[in-house]
Parts: sequence; structure tokens; C-alpha cells
Amino acid sequence: MSEPVKNTLLFLVVAVLIAIAGFMQSWNTALLILNMGLVSAIMAIGVNLQWGFAGLFNVGVMGFVALGGLAAVLVSMPPDPDAWQAGGVRVLLGLALGAATIIGAVLVYSRVKKGPLRAVGIIAILVGGFFIFRGVLDPGVDAVESVNPALSGYLGGLGLPVILSWPIGGLLAGGVAWLIGKTALGLRSDYLAIATLGIAEIIIAVLKNEDWLSRGVKNVVGIPRPVPYEIDLQNDPDFVSSAANWGLDPVEASTLYVKLAYAGLFLVVLLVILWMAQMALKSPWGRMMRAIRDNEVAAEAMGKDVTRRHLQIFVLGSAVCGLAGAMLTTLDGQLTPGTYQPLRFTFLVWVMVIVGGSGNNFGAVLGGFLIWFLWVEVEPIGVYLMQTITSGMAEGSALKSHLMGSAAHMRLFTMGLVLLLVLRFSPRGLIPEK
Amino acid sequence: MDFLNAFVALSNYVLIPGIAYGSQLALGALGVTLIYGILRFSNFAHGDTMAFGAMVTILVTWWMQAQGISFGVLPTALLALPFGILGTMVLLVVTDRVVYRFYRQQKAKPVILVIVSLGVMFIMNGIVRFIIGPDDQNFADGERFIISARDFKAWSGLDEGLALRTSQGITVITAVVVVVALFWFLNKTRTGKSMRAYSDNEDLALLSGINPERVVTYTWLIIAALTTVAGVLYGLDKSFKPFTYFQLLLPIFAAAIVGGLGSPVGAIAGGFVIAFSEVTITYAWKKVLGYLMPEGLEPDGLVQLLSTDYKFAVSFVILLIVLLFKPTGLFKGKSV
Repeated sequence: MSEPVKNTLLFLVVAVLIAIAGFMQSWNTALLILNMGLVSAIMAIGVNLQWGFAGLFNVGVMGFVALGGLAAVLVSMPPDPDAWQAGGVRVLLGLALGAATIIGAVLVYSRVKKGPLRAVGIIAILVGGFFIFRGVLDPGVDAVESVNPALSGYLGGLGLPVILSWPIGGLLAGGVAWLIGKTALGLRSDYLAIATLGIAEIIIAVLKNEDWLSRGVKNVVGIPRPVPYEIDLQNDPDFVSSAANWGLDPVEASTLYVKLAYAGLFLVVLLVILWMAQMALKSPWGRMMRAIRDNEVAAEAMGKDVTRRHLQIFVLGSAVCGLAGAMLTTLDGQLTPGTYQPLRFTFLVWVMVIVGGSGNNFGAVLGGFLIWFLWVEVEPIGVYLMQTITSGMAEGSALKSHLMGSAAHMRLFTMGLVLLLVLRFSPRGLIPEK
Repeated sequence: MDFLNAFVALSNYVLIPGIAYGSQLALGALGVTLIYGILRFSNFAHGDTMAFGAMVTILVTWWMQAQGISFGVLPTALLALPFGILGTMVLLVVTDRVVYRFYRQQKAKPVILVIVSLGVMFIMNGIVRFIIGPDDQNFADGERFIISARDFKAWSGLDEGLALRTSQGITVITAVVVVVALFWFLNKTRTGKSMRAYSDNEDLALLSGINPERVVTYTWLIIAALTTVAGVLYGLDKSFKPFTYFQLLLPIFAAAIVGGLGSPVGAIAGGFVIAFSEVTITYAWKKVLGYLMPEGLEPDGLVQLLSTDYKFAVSFVILLIVLLFKPTGLFKGKSV
């Protein structure tokens, strides 16, 4: 079987799997899997850029995804004028002072000659700056958070169309990745992994605790949509009549229509990103990246600036993850910082890339769809399996209820098993790198 | 100015919790560092191995409690600990035979082994949640305090109380015993010496007739003991919840790296550095400063540098600072 035929077949298998979910469960479920699969595929491309192209071990995907989600809030939610009145300027001033402190310390570090003077200067700047920063910021934060805390209590966003937040989410994640990359990319692979793991946790901690920014664990709900609302469609006589032509009742038709609209938008983004990633892979730049990945020393001897190229691709890959994060939050319609968990948002994306085939963009996309499908469907399959296993047991026995209750945890186990099996028997993934 | 009260408050809220937490981190970091030294990869499944060991211990503890077996004033979990260690030993040796050995024979790159350990992490996490569920489990029993705050106040006549929980006392004593035993093993026994030789220079060790598979098996057995002890101590001191064990990965790795990966002494030092920075930076100093500052100059605010939710940030910043200025950690780690 030739390469393209095999790959087409693999994608067809995933399509059939999703279609089976459509027939067996409901088309709403199937479309939800499709939408999340599209978002997952974009995340997987982002990780594939870093790992597959350049061999960077980034386990902070969750942080960049969350930053994209934050962008969705900051761009699309309406601003809260009372909160701005109460302390908005003060908060911004505090943040600026904080940034100035760090920049000042870095400047002293790079400009002043090494010695006790420099060390004392840096410590003085950092300690003094920290207290000034907190002194300016804290009252502002208190003022903002006390404005109507039950409903708002944060500064709000810019009130722009939510689609804009997708590229901005990418920019935000890319910007933060630049800051991180500047400090952490000189580190060895293991250290970089731990550093990115830590940064992701810090970003989530900020989102959870800085209520003035994102309402923290109180969540931001009702993020505006790029597509119509179901209720408007149901009240639209034209829509209801055309739904009737298809033989669907208006409620179901409207939910399917909304999901299809999202799928269309996401598909466009995925295709654009995939096209760009393919172009990058084939370009001289992509070949250089793979050369660096395969042998850093040789590439450096050929005059390639390894650290700069790493920084470049770290920023690009993280920006793609941020874009996917903004799309995800748009799809959910809410930002819930408490739901960001590394197993789901970092390591699952890694499973997608490895299973799909690291170094191959189509592989990453395939992995995104396939693993997301498994992630969703393992639970009902697990419940079914447990019912079969426990069918012989006495009704109400402790073991039976325990097994039934634990079926939900099958998914982590399955993901690990899939990852290990692929690594062992097909280490280059389903669609290997050419 | 009241130094005695200030010191008691400091001990109560900073020194004692810091020492206990530091001991737990040190035990965890010792495991990470041993794996790095001998198997040459960063094991992401370490937190979940701790959770597994603690889980087996908890199950045995519950069984013992149901049978009416108790350890007097000490928690029953200490009696159940050997069973937990045995269970974890079986799990780790089986995992090594089924999963890791293949890649060792292939001479796979360390980063591949790290990704493999991600898969193992998922599976162990799944097993733990499958068996015991994702919720908090309580298994501590026996006497709660060695010194309770009220007794201490009555005895010393100070305003501040000093509480020493049993779990904290046990943590420190167990950690000292385990560390002494580990160093004795590594430095004095034949197997320990061959492990160190293998860690220093694999080829030379092979040439001098050391059986690598034996070294690896012994390493996993020691790791099983270290992770289970660390996991049970943490569970006794705080609480057992599978997800918090996963999150411990970050401070444990930070401790191992700050000390220098591959260096056992470094892992212990790193554990305490991370623990004390976390506790001091997230502690509200109002009380201690209130006793120390002259009349009228007491602070109004809490004087808390960072809220406790940012404790990850502390381990991370310490990690970065050490790496930027001493790239192989405080005690010359190795790099693969």
C-alpha cells in the first residue's frame, strides 16, 4: 500500500469512528468530538513544531493554552467602567512598576561589571521594587475586586469581536513564550522540561488568583460568540421552516447548526495553520531546524545559531497553542481556570503528537482527532465493559458498585497504554516523518 | 521586643513545618536523583509512584484497623508501610521488565525514556484512581500531637504556643533513618558500590564485571522504598489525594535539580532549600515581626510576600536562579 493511500485510509478510519459515534450516540456528540478534535489538532501541530521539528521538550502546553483562553476574555468581554474608575489605572501603574523593576535589575546585571556592587544593586532594586510594586498594586486590586464582586469584580475586556482574540491569543502566548525562552532555553532538555512544567503551573496559579484580571475561580461566563445563538435560531421562522424541510425539529437543528458553524470556522483555521506548517517544514528553514534537532553540534559548526533558532520555534509553537486555547475558550463560552489540568492539556497533547507521528504535521492532526475521540469515548466504552464484567455479580455488591464507579478513570489508563504501545511497536507514530 | 515569643512563633509556623516538608521533598528528590544517576532519565512517573505506594499502605492500614491491629500512640500506617513498600517494589520491577528494559537494550535517547515515563505516569495515575478514587483519604490515627500548643503554653508561660504534630516528628525521624541507611548502603555495601560505579561510568563498570541488570533492579527496589516512605509521610502530614502527588513532581524535581541531578547529598540539601523558601515566602510574618519590632512600629498588614497559591512559583524561581548561576546545581550534578 502506498504512502498516500495508507494515510488517507487512516483519516477515513477516524471519520468513520466519529460517524459511528454519530449513529450510536447522537450527532451532537459526534460534532462536539469533531470540534474538539479540530482544536486538539491545532494544539498538536503547535507541539509538533517544537518537538517534531526542533526536538524541544516543552511540557508547559497547558500554560499557553490557558493564556489563549485569557485572551478570549480580555478581547471580547465588555469593559467594566466602574472597575476601571475604581482602580484600573492604579493596577496598570503597579504592573508597569513591576515590569520596570525587573527590567532595571536585568539592565544592572548586563551593564555593570561583576562584583559585590552589582549584587547589592540588583538585590536593592528587586527588594525595593517588590515593595513599591505591591504597595501600588494591592490597593488598586482591592478596589477593582470590590466593585460588584458577585457579578463582575474584574476589569473586563475590550468588547471587541471574539474572533479577534484568536490571533491575539497566539500573540499573547508567543510573547510570554519569548520571555520564558529567553531565560530557560539555554537549559538542557530535562531542565527545560521541568522549567516549562513549572511555568504552566504558575500561569494557572495567576489565572486562578488574580481576580481583577480573569475573575479567578469565579470564572468568566457568557463570552460572546462568533456564531448565532440557538435561541435566536429557534425564534427565526426561516430557520425553523428550513429545518422542517430537512425533517429536523428546531431545537436539535439549531444545536447542530451552531456546532457545524464552529466546525467550519475551526476547519479554516486548521487548514491555514497546517498549510503554514507544511510550508515551513519544506522550506530551507525547516530543513535547518531538523538538522539542528538531529545534531546540534554539527549544525552549530555549520554556523547556525542554535539558541536563536530554538527561541524562534519555541515562540511559534507556543503561539499556535495559544491560538488553539483561545478557540477552545470561545467554543466553551467560558473561562474556568480550575479546569486546566496538566494531564488533560499538556500530556494528552503529547500523546496526540507521539501517536500521530512526531515530525509529521499530518500525523499530528490525525493524532489530535484519534486521541480526542478515544479520550471522549473510553468512558462510555469503559462503563459498557464494566457492565459486562460485573453482570454475573450480585446486585448491590460493594465490588460491583466500586468497579462501576471507577469506570470513569479508565481513560488515563488507556491513554498511557496507547502511548506505551505506540512507543514500543511503532515508535515513529501512525504517519511517520518522511 | 520579645525574642522568646518571636522564636516560638517562628518555630511553630516556619521551622517545624519547613523541616517536615523538607524531609518529604528530600526523600522524593533522592529517588529522582537515583533514577537520573543510574537509569539516566528524569522520571515523570515519580509522583504517581509515591501515590501508588501510599495507596497500598492506606489499604493495608484500613485492613489492620478493621482487624483491630494498632500501633499504640503511633499511626497504624507505620506498621503497614513494609507492605506498601513490597507492593511498590513489585510494581516497579514489573514496570521495568515490561516497559523500560526494552529501551535500555535499544540504547534509546534519554528523552525517549522521559516520554515513556509519561506513559507510565498515565497508567499509574489511572491505576491509583481506579482502585482508591480521586478523593481525599484519611488514614492517620494514634496520638495527634507530641507537644500540643496548650500544654506548651502552660509549661513555658509564654503567649505563643508550640505544637509538634506526631506526623511531623515521625517524618523527621523516619527521613533521618532512611537517609542514613541509604548512604550506608551506597557507601559500604558491595551492591551500593557497584551502583555508584555504574552511575559514574557505565562502560568502566561493565568492564569490571558489574551486572547492569542487577544494578538496575536494586535501584528500582530502593526507589520503591524511598517513594513509598515519602508518599506515606506526606499523606500522614497533609492528606492523601492522588492529584496532589502529581503536583509534588514540580517541587521534587526542583529540589533534585537545585541540588544537582545525580547527587544524593544535593537532593537532600535541595529538598530543604525548596521547602524553606516555599514556607518563608508564603508565610504571613505579621506575628513574628509584631514581637520583634519596637513598640509602635509593628506592621499593619500581614507581611506575606506571596499568597500561598503561588508556592509553585517559589520552587520555580529558586530553580531558575540556581540554574542561571550554577548550571549543574549546588552539588555538581551530572548531565546526559
